[in-house]
Amino acid sequence: MAERIDEEQVRKVARLSRLELTEGEVEEFTGQLSAILEYVEKMNELETDRVEPLAHCLPISNVLREDVVKESLGTEKTLANAPQRDEDFFKVPKILDDSFGA
Amino acid sequence: MEYKVIVGLEIHVQLCTRTKMFCGCAVEFGQEPNSRVCPVCLGMPGVLPVMNKQAFEYAVLVGLALNCEIPGFTKWDRKSYYYPDLPKNYQISQYDLPLSRNGFIEIPLKSGRSKRIRIIRAHLEEDAGKNLHSAGNYSQVDLNRTGTPLLEIVTEPDLNNGVEARALGVELQRIVRFLGVSEGDMQKGQMRFEPNINLVISRDGREYRTPIVEIKNLNSFRALERSIDYEEQRQLAEFLESGKVIEMGNKTTRGWDDQREVTVLQREKEEAHDYRYFPEPDLVPVELDKRWLEEIRSGLCELPITRQMRYVNEYKLSDYDAGVLTSERAISDFFDEAVKAGGDPKRVCNLLTQEGLRIAKERGSSIAELGIKAENVAKLAGLVESGTVSASASAPIFMQMVETNKDTWSIVNELNLIQKSDAGELEAIVEQALADNPDAVKDVTSGGKKSKKARGFLLGQVMQKTKGQANPKVVSEILTKKLG
Repeated sequence: MAERIDEEQVRKVARLSRLELTEGEVEEFTGQLSAILEYVEKMNELETDRVEPLAHCLPISNVLREDVVKESLGTEKTLANAPQRDEDFFKVPKILDDSFGA
Repeated sequence: MEYKVIVGLEIHVQLCTRTKMFCGCAVEFGQEPNSRVCPVCLGMPGVLPVMNKQAFEYAVLVGLALNCEIPGFTKWDRKSYYYPDLPKNYQISQYDLPLSRNGFIEIPLKSGRSKRIRIIRAHLEEDAGKNLHSAGNYSQVDLNRTGTPLLEIVTEPDLNNGVEARALGVELQRIVRFLGVSEGDMQKGQMRFEPNINLVISRDGREYRTPIVEIKNLNSFRALERSIDYEEQRQLAEFLESGKVIEMGNKTTRGWDDQREVTVLQREKEEAHDYRYFPEPDLVPVELDKRWLEEIRSGLCELPITRQMRYVNEYKLSDYDAGVLTSERAISDFFDEAVKAGGDPKRVCNLLTQEGLRIAKERGSSIAELGIKAENVAKLAGLVESGTVSASASAPIFMQMVETNKDTWSIVNELNLIQKSDAGELEAIVEQALADNPDAVKDVTSGGKKSKKARGFLLGQVMQKTKGQANPKVVSEILTKKLG
């Protein structure tokens, strides 16, 4: 039996994902996520010692493309769905800390 | 009290592929904003990334040059990321199975020594776009850079000061340029550094470690070196004042203020670094068999530091000259070719570093682009070596070689620059000069303080008569013979 996920964990994951949840949603998702974890927990009943970890569910590898330029969308199409634009840029709320964490 | 600075580096290097990592958009610096963007870059629903083979091969090549183990199986992972310069809300990166690991890089230190810095891993990931903050109370986003192949290289904390970190940066730049996998242009942000720094302090028989500080996004060698030097002093002062030591979760991030030359606190970490990696379902793994690996390995060349050491040890060049010659592969290849064609290494080096680099710089090109033949430079070196032309005549000859691309010999003949060393021929000219200048001859023979100056005057007269083609050494010998 998996340890059920609690509301605090749901709030933390929501915060990390920049999601705003109502109290009702926190309760709802706590239940749903716990159910998912319980379901996945079933797999622990299986003997997996001699099973290789799976990196991908498709039995294929090396899908690669040649380094050949294809036409891009162009600035107008690129910005067509932007909620806001500023000349050729996407316009977004002021970013305070954007030190690329790569 | 004693202390030691401990530095590890994370380096991001943009690979110079024609297209982005997962789509066919062109990788080009300085284009109109948002003009190199497609649905994959935009993270539109339903799009599928496809891996750029060239980017993968370049990355493996660097891994090999950094003496890494290259596993036969590698995969991609998603790293949560919530800034608008990567609209997918995740970055495709590599987590537990990077394409290379456990390597090392040799960095040159003063006095011809080198130090080995261990490499933990080098993996591929996609770059983010650019956020601009100059306009008013909002930010602008340009996604042209989004998805550019980026190699992240992580070192062990084997560096002990800013100078070493800088040396590693410079060496890595040389390597990626030698391999032709990146332009390594700092001003275009093609190489970025993030040092992790702390101090190990010994006091009263006890050892203390200060909290680790990560400095973000340094894009010059100078900033890399200075920021580490600054942190060394800042952390020392902080420790003396507060006694604060490393603890779980007290690593902080600081930025570098280039104007004031100080680091500035950006954030205390905690959960901000919970990246929640998970396997990227949209990309299948890459399996690298022996044949493919060997094919990639064939792109390796002798590394710059190896060449530099060879120039110093075999050719007895100075460390400085060897460094200049190996700053770019084209220069180094040219030098090797000229030496192979029989040029004396020291003479060829002088010709290239003095004449060649000067002319190349004036024309904003590289030595290789000057259109001269290495073989002709070797010939010129030979002519200087044998005294057939004077060292000072080599400058106009070199210039003519660039301008006309004619054979060295024909240029020397056309410019009439063959140095006269024939004693018989020169003797007649010397005698003429002596006859023309009896006062100077008197000054020399009578000795005294005017003697030396008068001797120089006579030598000058001979040089003038021969239009500078007389070998000064031979003339001097004749003068001594005649005047004592």
